[in-house]
Amino acid sequence: MHIPDGFIDLPTSAVFAAASAGAIAYSLAGARKQLDEKSAPLAGLTAVFIFAVQMLNFPVAAGTSGHLLGGALAAVLVGPYAATLALTVVLLMQGFLFADGGLSAIGLNVFNMGVLGVWGGYAVFLLVRKVLPKNKSSISIAAAAGGLISVPIAAVGFVIQYAIGATATFSVSAVLSAMVGTHILIGIGEAIITALTVGAVMASRSDLVFGWKNETSKLEIRAQK
Amino acid sequence: MISNRKFIVMGVLVSALLAGGASFYASSHPDGLEKVAGDIGFLETAKDHTNSGSALADYGVKGIENERLSVGVAGLIGVVATGAISGGLFLLLRRKNPKN
Repeated sequence: MHIPDGFIDLPTSAVFAAASAGAIAYSLAGARKQLDEKSAPLAGLTAVFIFAVQMLNFPVAAGTSGHLLGGALAAVLVGPYAATLALTVVLLMQGFLFADGGLSAIGLNVFNMGVLGVWGGYAVFLLVRKVLPKNKSSISIAAAAGGLISVPIAAVGFVIQYAIGATATFSVSAVLSAMVGTHILIGIGEAIITALTVGAVMASRSDLVFGWKNETSKLEIRAQK
Repeated sequence: MISNRKFIVMGVLVSALLAGGASFYASSHPDGLEKVAGDIGFLETAKDHTNSGSALADYGVKGIENERLSVGVAGLIGVVATGAISGGLFLLLRRKNPKN
């Protein structure tokens, strides 16, 4: 999903770089309020883990691979503010050190994976969590749903950028159906990895999981009334 | 319950094993976006990466012939570099004296 240089023209790339910068500033402020001694190291670890798992491309269909994006995973583990920052660090590393994702496209990539993927995936997680019973396994299931949907959401982000500023002239609707179709398949892999990872952390240190903590603390507040 | 420190160390070790070992077995097929770009026809609008000649371009270490070693070392460097930057960032951002 890493956009190379050249697909999207420079003015469009600049607009999305500005939008991403705004989202990063907002997330810095949010993370500063939320992170404490216990959650800050987990946020760092989340970035490291996502970098590692993004290297593991899995086959999805004939001649196509996909890899974890990690937006929903990070949002469930450490909250959406820190998640946007973690994904941004990963994308900067990949772009500058490993020549993965164009340097002029970093704003586009941060917008799709670090903003849309994180906040879209987190919104789906919250919706699904609401309808499931309030127990630990629901957190993994809701995280999987967030992961599943976050990938086509990020793919639609690319299609919007393509519609605004593609250097090529192929039809937007063809790009839309191909991108969404392929990325729903990749989303299944995303859902599996997200559920397994959230499940492992829930089993060992559920007290660290943002998407579980903020539900249990709400319940405590209600119980106190 | 395992301690914070143990949990983070285990997580970093798992990440190092994945990036340093398992990455060799990753699929080398084009990813979703690249495949779509090729099928529809806009793949050729991609430009070479500014850093395509750099020492770690495409997750390999320049000069290491053995592919398994090359991607493995690149992955480990990525784990360390990502950990240094994100660890530093999040430690700077955290609330140091939470009011209880």
